[in-house]
Order: sequence, then structure tokens, then C-alpha cells
Amino acid sequence: MNADRLEGSGRPALRRFFDNLKALPGRFAASAARNGLPASDRTRSTFVFGNVFLHIHPVRVHRWSLRWSTTLGLGVASMAAFLVTLATGVLLMFYYKPYPEAAYQSIQDILFVVPSGRLIRNLHRWAANVMVVTVFLHMARVFYTASYRSPREFNWVVGIGLFAVTLGLAFTGYLLPWDQLAYWAITIGANIAQSPREVTDALGITAFFDLGGLQKLLLLGSDTVGEEALIRFYLLHVMLLPLGLACLLAVHFWRIRKDGGLARPADADSRVGPLAKDTYPVFTELPAKTYHLAALVRGRSPAVGRGPEATLPSMPHLFYAEAAVFMLTVFVCLLLSLLADAPLKELANPLVPENPAKAPWYFLGLQELVSYSAFMGGVGIPAVALLGLALIPYLDRETEGTGQWFGGPGGWPLVAKAACVGTLSVLVLEAAAIRFGWIREWFPHVPQLVVTVFNPGTLLAVIYGAYSTWLVNRYDSTRAGALGLFTCFLCGFVVLTVVGTFFRGPNWSFYWSPAHWPVH
Amino acid sequence: MVSQRPSRSRLDPEPMPRRDFLGLAAFFAASCSLAFAAIGMLRLPKASVLSSPSKKFRVALPESLHAGEPFVPPGRSVALFRDRDGVYAISMICTHLGCVVKATPDGFECPCHGSRFGPDGSVLKGPAPAALAWRKVTPAGGGMYVVDEGEVIPQGTKVAG
Repeated sequence: MNADRLEGSGRPALRRFFDNLKALPGRFAASAARNGLPASDRTRSTFVFGNVFLHIHPVRVHRWSLRWSTTLGLGVASMAAFLVTLATGVLLMFYYKPYPEAAYQSIQDILFVVPSGRLIRNLHRWAANVMVVTVFLHMARVFYTASYRSPREFNWVVGIGLFAVTLGLAFTGYLLPWDQLAYWAITIGANIAQSPREVTDALGITAFFDLGGLQKLLLLGSDTVGEEALIRFYLLHVMLLPLGLACLLAVHFWRIRKDGGLARPADADSRVGPLAKDTYPVFTELPAKTYHLAALVRGRSPAVGRGPEATLPSMPHLFYAEAAVFMLTVFVCLLLSLLADAPLKELANPLVPENPAKAPWYFLGLQELVSYSAFMGGVGIPAVALLGLALIPYLDRETEGTGQWFGGPGGWPLVAKAACVGTLSVLVLEAAAIRFGWIREWFPHVPQLVVTVFNPGTLLAVIYGAYSTWLVNRYDSTRAGALGLFTCFLCGFVVLTVVGTFFRGPNWSFYWSPAHWPVH
Repeated sequence: MVSQRPSRSRLDPEPMPRRDFLGLAAFFAASCSLAFAAIGMLRLPKASVLSSPSKKFRVALPESLHAGEPFVPPGRSVALFRDRDGVYAISMICTHLGCVVKATPDGFECPCHGSRFGPDGSVLKGPAPAALAWRKVTPAGGGMYVVDEGEVIPQGTKVAG
């Protein structure tokens, strides 16, 4: 019963109309999906490239990329967490009012008056935390599997940008509830932006070149955290940064395809081994057409000069894996939201600081460094670290170990040794600084520039740098140095974050446990 | 007047036709004006007048204030003192990261990162990079003083009351 016969039949028009009405749901579904069920190789392909949302995926994907150990699903998990924050964030915007006292009131409304408001806020907060973690781990995964190498250098740089924007989103979102926690964390953050003054003051050039003051002014729109700051943070949080993130994400995903899929070792085809007997579906039909366009694609795209034997159709293999990671991420966010409430302290009071005033936990490593020198901890070291990260793929031009965990000279034993060196040096420096104080306590009148240059943060960076330079020489490889440096910084970051989170109390003094905090 | 046209080889680049030149010139002019407009608009985030509340305020010191005892006017982050030499004001904004310090019997303490300052605002313990700022105090007659939180004056400047 096809359309032509129906149109031309001699049945009365009213009858034909009712027939069409009956056939409507089926025809609508067919017109939307276009290609039918993904049952054959052909329809499994059209399922991917005939769908606007799926066509950023390849039609077939290498089995190396499908192994759990290749990616741990961290990129997809970051995207899933971002989608959760996006959905819940839009819902929160229905009730949130970006105006100082109204802001706090509206958060309370969301908690106590809006049905399921508390769950949505919890989801937003915890998904943002999950996103920071997964983005960070994703970066570590790409680094340790040496997947940033040519031709993927630029995508690594885009990834560093995404990492920075993610932290920016977390930071700007922190102010919006306008509670004590938010107000003082942002006051500290804004003053960190102003901290280049520490250097310009010491050099006596602040009057002509006040970079710090300008940064703070642009961020806050005023010289204190007030309504101007709130509206700026709100605009950044709900508009500018998400747009920036979306643009960078588009480039990031597109480049994965254009750079030839996920990085894998040259002998990946042989290492994935034969397909399991019950793998469904495998290559069941000979390809009806070849991709001549492949000749126009630069570099080592999956199809150039290589048979498709080690690949599997994306539908279902890749999509099921992605869906599994997505569901797991949403499950983790939901579980966290049901177990713990997002914090909300009392209304912001510009006259009484929170004590201790702590930033979100992922900034506490930096806050620990900031407690020695605002400029070095808040601007100097993070800027050098981000720049160093971005430059890695342009300095490491080696090929050994690409696509393999801890690939490169030295490998896993080097990483283990670097982890010990990194952890020990940060522990020793921290313990010394906590036990004996730092330069300012010994010589109160020493020029600030001395403290800015010599503080636990810079000393740590110098130790790490020296160690990895030694590694470059020892293994005759830039990659070995990069492995050492990244691992050291990772350990330093983790230790400082733990100290800042669990062992710092009122007046940023050291306490073994919050139970020992003085009561006041 | 007949001009002698030089013969052109097939391989020589064509001279730019007038239309192309005009088109490029127009495109260039439009881009330049857009760029200049954009540079002008870059000043947008920095308003000419900041929205922060007035930094000057008028205050009367309590009669019972002892020498070296801080008086913090309600709603302000500045401590006023009176001793034999006169009246002076020390800002309570920490020079490290802008927290409000607490006045203690022997100076000031910052709750955020543990900086400690002497009674005259000078740094005793880091991480604060500089001494607490002294603020300008002007007598306004009748036991009143005007404090300007926007102005930094040299340490030790006291005004006779």
C-alpha cells in the first residue's frame, strides 16, 4: 500500500483522508528518522551521518578507541556533567534574581518554596564539581597517554582553554548565592586579580602601570564586591562563559575527527587482537562505496591506506559506550545531590569576614600558596603552569609511546619515582613553613619582593623544574621531563589542596582536625 | 595623445581592475572604522563613575575612648584612635587579599590568612605585603571628624582634636 496508489485510487476523498490520518504516526516517525532501523551496515552508517546530533561521530570507530582503558570515558563524562549543569542552570534562572539581597532571598526560595528546587540546586552544584574533576582527569589521561602529540597539538591547546573556562564558570557561579561563603571567596578572588600590585608596588611603578587594579576593576565594576560585581559575574556565568565553552567544545569535538580520531599506538591493529566470537555486529557486507574524499584528508585519518578490519560500527558500539558513561555520570550527580546539600551560609556581610574564608575546594591548593604570596600563588605560578601545559605538545616532538599509558622513555617507573619526589618535596616545604613560619616572621622589614620571589610556592616550582630538567638529561628525552614535571605538579596540587581543605582552620592556622578549631 | 601600451605576456599578473580596487578600498575602510569603534567600546566595562558608596563619612568619637583603644564606626572598615598627639584612622582592609582585620589589644589580626599587624598597622607576620593604610581625618568642629576612606596618608599622621 504505497502513497501513489492511495492518491490515485477511486475511493472517496473522505475515506482517503481517514486512511491518511490512521497512517499519520507511522509516516511521521519514518519521515523524521528517514533511514529505518540500524540493522545492516548501510543503515548503521546512515544512522550516524543522517542525524544532525550524531554526525560528529565517525561511522566506524577503531577498536583501540573503544577500549575502556584508552579514555576511561572521561571526556564524555565531562560533557555529560556539563549538560546536567546546563539543564539545571536554565531551570535555576527561572527563580534567581541577580541583585544583592534579592539573590540570597531567591536562593532561599529555591530551597524552601520551589518544588524540587533544592534537588535542582544540589544537582547544579555537584555536577559542576564533577565536571571540574572529570575535566582535570581527562587532561591527565590525555597527557599520560601522550595523546597530545602531532597532529593533535592544537586540540590539546583548545582543551587547556576548556579547562580554564570550566574553572571560570565554577568561580563566577560561586558568588551568585550572595552568602558569606560566596562574598568572601570572591573578595579574595578579586584581590588575587589585583595582586600584580604586589610586584608593581615593590618596583614603584603602580602609579603608571596598575595592571592589578585594572583587572580587579574590570572584574568587579567597582572597588568592592557589590551589585555591579554580582551582575558581572551573573552575565559571565550564564552567558559569556557558556557561549565560550560551547564554541571551544565545537572546535574540540570537530578536531578529534579531523585529527584522525583518538591517538593510538602504531601497532594498535595487531594489539587489539582478534574480535571476540560473539561481537555484534561485525563487518557483514562489503562496502558499496569507497570514500574517495579520503584522498583529500591530510595525515593519518582512520581510513587512509588501511583496511577497516580493526574498526567496528559506531552504532551500536560507540553509542552504547557513550550512553553508559552518560548514565553513570548523571547517576553520580544524582546520588551526590540526594546525599548532600549544596552549602548556603548566612547572608553576605561585608564587615565580618567568614573565618576561615575558603574558596571552593579545587582552588584551595592555590589558596594555600596565596597564603605565602598573593601574586605568586594566585597569578604567577598558575599562569606559568597553564602556559607550560599549553606548550607541551610543541616541545615534545617525540613519537615513542604515543597512545599508551605512561608512554615514553622511563614509563611507569619514572612516573612513580616522580610522584614520590613531588609529594615528598611539597610535604617537607609545607611542614617547614607551618612549623617555622616564613621570611616575614623572621625579618618583618624585609622588602616584599624578596617574599614574592622566595616562598614555598616558587621554591617548589624550582625544585620540580630542576628535577625534570635532570630527567630530560638522564633519559635524553623531553617526554621524560614532561612526565616528571606533570606528575610532580599533580602531586603538589593534590597535597596543597588536601592541606588547604582539611588542615587549615580559623586565621588559616594549621589544625590536625576541625575538632581542634577554637570556638568563638 | 596616443599612449604606447606595453605588451603584456600571458603569464604576467593582470593589473588590478578599478572595480576590484574600489571594492577592496571600501572593505578596508569599513574594517578600519569597525575596528576603531570596537576599540572605543572596549572602554565600556570601566564606568567613569563607580557605583561604590561615598568613602567620606562624618563621625563623633566617644568621650570615653582610651589611648590606643580602637573605635570602629558602625558599617565601616576603619578603626579610629585617639591619643595624646591627636586622632588617627587606620584602615581595617588587609593589604593581602582584602579581608576585614580584627582589632586586638596589641594590633590587628586578619582572619583569612593569618597576617598580623602592630598597633600602627605595620606588618608583624605575613603574608600581607604592606602595612595597613592610614586614612585621612579632618576635624569638622564640635567634636566631629570627617574620615576619608579613599585616601592613603603617611603612617603616623595624626590630627589634633
